[in-house]
Order: sequence, then structure tokens, then C-alpha cells
Amino acid sequence: MSGINRNQMAWRAAQDIEDGMIVNLGMGLPVLAGDYVPDGRDVFIHAENGVIGCGPLATPEAADTDLVDAGSRRITLRPGASIVDSTASFAMIRGGHIDVTVLGAFQVAANGDLANWDMRLPEKGPLVGGAMDLAACARAVWVIMEHTTRKGEPRLLQACTLPLTAVRCVTRIFTDLAVIDVIDAGFLVREIAPGITQEELQAKSGAPLHFAADCRTIAAPELAESV
Amino acid sequence: MPIDKRVAAAAAAMDGVRDGAVVLISGFGGAGFPNVLIRALCERGLRDLTLVVNSATHRYSVTHELIEAGQVRKVVCSAARGHAKGLSAFEERWKKGEIELECLPQGSFAEKIRAGGAGIPAFYTPVGFGTELAAGKETRRFGDRDYVLETAITGDLALIRADRADRYGNLAFRYAQANFGPAMATAARLSVAEVRIIEDAPLAQPDIQLAGAFIDRVVAVGDMP
Repeated sequence: MSGINRNQMAWRAAQDIEDGMIVNLGMGLPVLAGDYVPDGRDVFIHAENGVIGCGPLATPEAADTDLVDAGSRRITLRPGASIVDSTASFAMIRGGHIDVTVLGAFQVAANGDLANWDMRLPEKGPLVGGAMDLAACARAVWVIMEHTTRKGEPRLLQACTLPLTAVRCVTRIFTDLAVIDVIDAGFLVREIAPGITQEELQAKSGAPLHFAADCRTIAAPELAESV
Repeated sequence: MPIDKRVAAAAAAMDGVRDGAVVLISGFGGAGFPNVLIRALCERGLRDLTLVVNSATHRYSVTHELIEAGQVRKVVCSAARGHAKGLSAFEERWKKGEIELECLPQGSFAEKIRAGGAGIPAFYTPVGFGTELAAGKETRRFGDRDYVLETAITGDLALIRADRADRYGNLAFRYAQANFGPAMATAARLSVAEVRIIEDAPLAQPDIQLAGAFIDRVVAVGDMP
């Protein structure tokens, strides 16, 4: 059973980013989604270190050590960009001024609980960064993640088993197999990957799935997997 | 006497800093690390320092030199994970119980410092509620949401980096250099900035991003080492 690939997952999430939004993108697939925002949508990408209006990565010649994003990547600015200090940057996040944050995740529970910051790596120190601020306070919290772990264990669960990032925060999930909203009743499948049945999807999930009356097939273009 | 906050050398900028100091250190992602001042602090050979720094160690920062020299008792940060595969200088000592760690959500970290500099002893935030980072912290419900009480952070010394300064301590930052610097400068009893250049003339008012009133000493150190 194969779903859509990682670039297609990022592409699918990007289609839901609306014209005029201020978005914050987590590392990995969420950042990639920024590259797939449809032409004509004017979107500002916010980074926790205070950049509001991240542009494409800088070329080596243009790279500037003082112009970086939250992943320490040397970036450029888009027209109209501004830069504020950390307290103002987090006031944007914590005051509900970020329209949507797109984050990676290890697990999401049926009530919207999110676990995405601590995998309990035995030898490494904790790293929370801005994950809890974004998850608790962005106006919408979307997740891009594989539907199951590499071992095939479900990531959509009745209750998270890993340490929580925030409670009842996730509103939409993009996986390689489905697009799922989190509603009061639990997981509501809106779209399903080509060739996947509802029964197969349920078997790969650790909590009951509801299926929207108008549940559709995910329509993603062919994209080479780059990440 | 005319105000003049210029100090000739980084070593002199550390005058009066003692064992047990709480040291706030700015910087994020390679921008705004006060590496010259961190080295000058290290040279003093102090003990039992508490570092309030977003990343315990970072590949573009030199906080690991303080940690490796055994000068640090506690780290307050949002990122305690080393960049490399092996253990970082911090992780090694933290695992052995030689350094205490307080890990905070980055926005709470920033706001605790802002509160400290603004005379606010504590504040409520929804961030962290229901997570292990809020374990043991007081909570309270406002309306339909639960909040965690976070207390302010103040320090003995703030080390920050900016691009330009004048004799009054006014600062101008480049791009994302400011990050935690302005808040940290308000929250410490002694705030020191290293800058690329100290201008002879006062900075033009529109260029000033941090009022010199919050800065005690400035040192010109040239480009990032």
C-alpha cells in the first residue's frame, strides 16, 4: 500500500494556505510546503527569530550570517518583510497573530493533542524551541506527518504516548494516506490517497475515523521526492 | 560629566562580574552571538554561573567554552540539544548531573526576560499547559482556557551583540541580530554590548533600535570572529 510521496504531502498542505495569510512553518516538510504555495497567493512566512516575510534561501554569494531563519538557514527577505526582536516575534505567535502554523509531528490524538517535540532520545538534551508557543497559540495548527511510523505503528491515536507539545490544538493533518480534520467527534477524513480504501486507512490508524460524506481522492501532481 | 559608555577592551567590560552571576546571553541561529564578550567572561575564570541563553550550545556560539571550563552551574534555555551526533559539552555534563537544566518554551523564555526587565514578577500563559514543562507550576483558568504561571527572569549581566553603537550606548542591529538582545539588556543589572563599530557621532534617531538607557558598556570588536 503506497500513498503520496513526501513532496506531494507538502504540496497538498500548501494548497490550503490562503491568500494573505501569515504562516509559520516548522522544519522539514512544512518548510517545503512554503515552496508549493500556489502562484498569486500573497503569503508572509514568519520565523520565530523575528523575520516576518522570509524569502527563498540565499545563494552562497549573498548569504549573510545576520539574516537567518529559525532553522539557522541563511535566507533572503521578500518585499515588505520586516524583522522584530524575539519578544515581539513571540507576541505575534502568542497573541494569536499567526493565521496558521504547519508543524511536523510524531503523534496526534483524536482530541487534537499534539506530540512533536520530544522523542525521548536517551542520550540527547531536550529541544522545545518555539513548538509549544506555536501549537498553543497559532490560530490554526496543521500537521504534516507520515500516517504511521517506520515500524508501521499508527501516529493517529486515541491518546498520545509521547510527551505533549500542547493540548487540543491540531485542526488538520496531512499524511501520505489522507487529509484529516480534527473535530469534536475525533478524526474526520476529508480526502484519501489514490488506491487506498477506507478499511485500509482505518487499519493504519489508532483511533476511530469518521469519513466525510463528500470524502474525495487526494489530487496531487506528479512530484519527484526530494526530501 | 558627559556620558560615555565606551570601554576599550572586552576584558574591562567584565569588571565587577562575580562567581554565581546569572548571565543572559543573546543570539539565535548565528545572528547576534556576543562571542567576544563570552570569551572575555570565560577569561575571568568564574564559578557557578547560571547561563540564560536560548541554546545551551550552538555551532556558531562559544558558550561551550564556559561549559567546558567548568564555570557553569545551571543553564536556562529552550534548546539543550547539541548539533553534532555525539554529546555536546552541555549534554555531557548535564547527563552526569554536573549542570542543572531548566528547559522552557522559547516564547515563555523571552517573555520571562521581558517581564523581568519591565518590573513584572510573573504572568500567565497558555503555553506549556498540560505538558511536562509545566509540571509543578501553578495553573489557573481564565474564561474557557487553562494557563500556566511563569515567573520573571532577571540577571546580573547581559551580553548582547549589535552592529553599531554610540558613546551613549544606543544600538543599531543588522537584520535578525536583535533577537533576545533588547529584552536581555532591560533585565540585567549590568548590560554590555559588543558591536562591530562605535560611531564618533551619535546614532541618528531613526537608526536606534535599543535606547542607550538600557546599556551600561559598549565595546567595539569588529566583524564576527
